[in-house]
Amino acid sequence: MDPRAKFMVIMVIFAISLLFTNILVLLVVFLAQLPLIWLAKSMRRWAASMKGGLILALLIFVMNYLTGSTLTHSLAMTVRFMALLSSFSIFFMTTSPDDLGLAMEQAHVPYTLCFTFTTAVRLVPTMAVDAQTVVDAQRSRGLELDKGNLLKRIRNYIPILIPLIVSAIRRSVELAEALESRGFNVTAKRQSLVVLRMKPSDYFAVLAALVSLSLAVWASLYAQLPQVELPLELPRIWQILGPCWSK
Amino acid sequence: MIVVEDLHFAYPNGNQVLHGVDLNIQDGEFIAIMGENGAGKTTLVKTFNGLLKPNQGRVLIDNIDTKKTSVAALAREVGLVFQNPDHQLFCETVRDEVAYSLRNFGYPSDVIEKRVKGMLETLDLTPYVDSSPFMLSGGERKRVALASVLVWNPKHMVLDEPTIGQDYQQKDRLRNFIIQLNTQGKTVVMVTHDVEFVAECKPRVILLSQGKIIGDGTAEEILTDKDLSTRASLLQPQIALLFSAIEGLPRGIIDVYSARLVINNTLRGSK
Repeated sequence: MDPRAKFMVIMVIFAISLLFTNILVLLVVFLAQLPLIWLAKSMRRWAASMKGGLILALLIFVMNYLTGSTLTHSLAMTVRFMALLSSFSIFFMTTSPDDLGLAMEQAHVPYTLCFTFTTAVRLVPTMAVDAQTVVDAQRSRGLELDKGNLLKRIRNYIPILIPLIVSAIRRSVELAEALESRGFNVTAKRQSLVVLRMKPSDYFAVLAALVSLSLAVWASLYAQLPQVELPLELPRIWQILGPCWSK
Repeated sequence: MIVVEDLHFAYPNGNQVLHGVDLNIQDGEFIAIMGENGAGKTTLVKTFNGLLKPNQGRVLIDNIDTKKTSVAALAREVGLVFQNPDHQLFCETVRDEVAYSLRNFGYPSDVIEKRVKGMLETLDLTPYVDSSPFMLSGGERKRVALASVLVWNPKHMVLDEPTIGQDYQQKDRLRNFIIQLNTQGKTVVMVTHDVEFVAECKPRVILLSQGKIIGDGTAEEILTDKDLSTRASLLQPQIALLFSAIEGLPRGIIDVYSARLVINNTLRGSK
């Protein structure tokens, strides 16, 4: 599927998720993505990225609930987060950085920007190796990453981050010089070996997405959506802190 | 003492790098580990301070099994200086950089101050004590990295490619410094490709090829062995090449000084 069409569809899902706070609608938006994932044969990778977002989702739920929202609303916000995460996850899982770069180029994004983006993605494995070397070097000087309270552990990452950032900056400068010496961006007009063309199925997908978006906008403004309220109440922050305060 | 027994190691991505290495390094020895790219040299020395734990076999540092000890504890005995100093420099001043490891190891501040001062003097870094390590030249950064490991006085020093990117003068100073360290009783292990440097230092040479030790002997023995050198992708020292090409000259000469003696004697003898 053309990456540009894909991007439009994902953006529509994104917009629809943001339009609603109704938990039922959000659940539908989230679950509607599952067939897409199944079609892309990426269920396992999707599950892995969802697991990664679980901590953040939990944080969102807790923050919402403890600051006064109802249980249902907090759950709705969590589901919305998962829906957003899921949609972007699908996009990046099914689009290689090369395709993305091509799509950006042929969507008339300035070539320098496209190249920066593709290079950044390409350098991630390289930087991971560098990071490991830095960790090894600092551990050889007595740095213990798994000791100490939370604050100490965060501070322990400074000896790793700084060399990494410095080496990233150095590498960028060297790369820029090497590129310029090889005539980077000298010709304004570039021709691509692969030219992206939108197929009828791509146009159909974009159309379907736009129609869904219009429906969603209409529904959010005018429709009477079925409301659900869960009767449960978990103790709130003041109920927990209250007794501690009065002691 | 560093004892390696039947060491096998493969990286998590499946790359089997060490295929059964047996090695004995006595205290105070001076060793050069050489071999082709990918032979496993850096991997081997990373097992000395516990960064990499053996898949099979074991590594004993002064009779302590590295598998059962933390890197921080082993680092006190085995100081590993990495190839690229930029992978470890992060402090605002050279002083802080050198003091970093001492702080990690929990030394009291007065001891730290004294040691840092002494270390900077030894390596001619005193003018830079308050400079940012990032502003120094390549050779100076290497010296800062060396100082920051040497400062806690580990019994065994491991240097990964110490001569890379250094001009002749710096290499000469480094050679003298390493020999001085060794004379003071430290075990010095260097991983290097620099054949001429090894020829001038004359350490015990351990040759690694494809994860196995294929040669272990004096520098004169190993570096004049044509077969071994080819297998380990080593270019023999120029003097050795010259002497092996001329008939009637003795084997086992690898440096200019010894060569000069031999040639002078030969010329006098032929008069």
